[in-house]
Amino acid sequence: MAELGSAALLVTLGLSVYALVAGAAAARLGRRRLALSAQNALVAAFFSTLVASAVLLAALVDSDFSFNYVARTTSEALPTQYKIAAFWGGQEGSLLFWLLVLTAFGALAVRLNRGWARDLIVWAVPVFAAVAVFFSFLVVAVASPFQTQPPPPDGTGMTPSLQNPYMIGHPVFLYLGYVGLTVPFAFALGSLLSGRTDERWLIATRRWTLFAWAALGIGQLLGAHWAYVEVGWGGYFAWDPVENAALMPWLAATAFLHSVMIQEKRGMLRVWNVLLVLLAFSLALFGTFLTRSGVLNSVHSFTQSSIGPWFLAFIALTVAVSLTLLFRRLPQLRSPTRLESPVSREAAFLYNNLLLLALCLTILWGVVYPLLSEAVRGETAVLGRSYYDFFLRIFGLPLLLLMGIGPLIAWRKASLRSLVTTFRWPTTVALVTGGVLVVLGAGSSVPGLVAYTFSAFVMATIVTEFVRGTRARKALGSASWPGAFHSLISRNRRRYGGYVVHAAIVLLAIGIAGSSAFDTVAEAKLKPGQSMDVGRYTLAYRSLEERQVSNATEIRATLAVSRGDRDLGTLEAGKNAYTIEQQVSNEVGIRSDRLTGEDLFVIADQIDLDGSVYFRVFVKPLVNLIWMAGLVFVLGSVIALWPDAREQRRLVARAREVGVPATR
Amino acid sequence: MTEALILAALLAVVCVVVVALPFLKEPEPESDSLDELDEGERRRLELLESRDRSLAALKELEFDHRTGTISDDDYRTLVGPLRREAASALQALEREAGMPPSNEDGEGRPPAGRS
Repeated sequence: MAELGSAALLVTLGLSVYALVAGAAAARLGRRRLALSAQNALVAAFFSTLVASAVLLAALVDSDFSFNYVARTTSEALPTQYKIAAFWGGQEGSLLFWLLVLTAFGALAVRLNRGWARDLIVWAVPVFAAVAVFFSFLVVAVASPFQTQPPPPDGTGMTPSLQNPYMIGHPVFLYLGYVGLTVPFAFALGSLLSGRTDERWLIATRRWTLFAWAALGIGQLLGAHWAYVEVGWGGYFAWDPVENAALMPWLAATAFLHSVMIQEKRGMLRVWNVLLVLLAFSLALFGTFLTRSGVLNSVHSFTQSSIGPWFLAFIALTVAVSLTLLFRRLPQLRSPTRLESPVSREAAFLYNNLLLLALCLTILWGVVYPLLSEAVRGETAVLGRSYYDFFLRIFGLPLLLLMGIGPLIAWRKASLRSLVTTFRWPTTVALVTGGVLVVLGAGSSVPGLVAYTFSAFVMATIVTEFVRGTRARKALGSASWPGAFHSLISRNRRRYGGYVVHAAIVLLAIGIAGSSAFDTVAEAKLKPGQSMDVGRYTLAYRSLEERQVSNATEIRATLAVSRGDRDLGTLEAGKNAYTIEQQVSNEVGIRSDRLTGEDLFVIADQIDLDGSVYFRVFVKPLVNLIWMAGLVFVLGSVIALWPDAREQRRLVARAREVGVPATR
Repeated sequence: MTEALILAALLAVVCVVVVALPFLKEPEPESDSLDELDEGERRRLELLESRDRSLAALKELEFDHRTGTISDDDYRTLVGPLRREAASALQALEREAGMPPSNEDGEGRPPAGRS
């Protein structure tokens, strides 16, 4: 069936080219039926890509090794869920997945907004189509997942570290995020192309940006937990270029989600918002380029890579076209209002934007510098963890503080007297927390102490906002306190969903500070019967066991864990030796304390033939708050994303008032 | 191979029909022009956006004042300009529509289209 897959992709390419050409012509010449036809082509492109994806999935599940891609990424013994995950696990499959999500999002965004922004959609369609042309060209002509070969007896299998349930969720969320950023980009560019620089492109894409941003955030947290439990080095984020690839567009999108509010409330930052959307989309493309071109292995592997030069050319073209258009529309994008005071909510959002952008560009430089140094000087100079950690503190801590300041300042300007009154409680809570922590000995890490103090400040502002808001809603006529709370959130989901997300970021900051600034590490080579101490824990090495599972040999060391006189049970740590892949992975042992959020993390680094094991053990205070932050983040995102029927009705009514026709 | 090619041809035909659908449904339409906004409509859209922005800002200011996030002094300083902005947008909209302006605060006529 490879022929069907190839043909379906060829159809997608044809439809995308048609949607680009016909869509652009329709928009330029003002032809209604041609514009509708281009929109239909985008929808049809989704269905033809769906057919191609179904063909590839069927081949993966059936282990049809006549597909070169299937043979390279799976094996007969690979569990079915990982065979499915191989769809996005390799280069060609992931590009097809990009295309599938892109065409789906394009068709959906057109459908959802045609009731009130039809004249804008006409210009967004060719932009969607242009991106679809690029990706469909790649999977048709450069990196096809449907190349065939005489089938080998078995495939080469999947990298052991990828054989993890997170392989099913983590990449999918990241791709949803990367591709989701195409929607604001397409509408922003459509707005520039058409000269309709009113706010409709912002409103049309607000939820899409939020969705893409939330998906990227969830994807990164899943990836962090995956690295923590599977990769086996004792951490969850290593500033690896692949991790940075997802973090950069997330930071740019975070900046946009804040600055877009300034445009909505004050009509300011119009150029800045277009620039942020362009940056977020370009970084999403750059992220895909980083992870898929082979450039991270070596600059030379990039030049030999089939897709690398194409990607770089497309990114350059995207940036050049977007900036040219932006420059042409500058007079129309001039803001009617100015920043009235450096002490105002919009100013706080602006500082937040500058810090986020500075962090984003610092990370970008950290990713690009080794590549440039290799290309120019022939040797790779890597910017290590200390570089990133330094700038995370420099930009991250003020960002954390601003999360608490922003919600309490008025739009336009705030008086000093008002600030003193508003900040009284949060500041008191923060200072008391800081003082107590110093007494408890947390002063050993100044950045950690500052992070905790700022976190207390932000959490106090969030609680204050919810309490005051609920009280006001009750006073305005809500029958009960839960009713008032519900009314508060449902009347302004973005604001209060945003506060919940801020609470998640605070939990994240506490978890990161606790587990990195206040952790304990111990290493020892033990024979069965020997023990070691780490922090308040004692670990006694009991035995070593070997067992066979379907695709690997598992070796596990069992340790008895105790704290003081209290027996805490046993823990297993070891290695898996994968037969087909001929690779060995670390399988760590983790004991979580649900009450304190602390983890005891054991790595069996080296296992000798005589049964002795070299153990590396970490005690990570509060690390589980990071994963709890993920759940709170999802909750906040869902609140903010929840459809607002009142707003939709208002937008349609506004469109009717101005004469934008209803859907035909 | 043949089966795959037949399916591929079928897919291509269906896609062509879907793409051609607007022309098949309306072979000879009364008008094939896109519904473009003219200069006046664009101006009206800007005014509506400005009106909605001011009214939303007023609503938020009122609520923040009620919760205590905004002090009485700050509220008094901020509410005036916001009311004037809203009034000015409403009056401009009325002028555009050729209607007599509402009272001097511009608060006489409820904005259309808002719930």
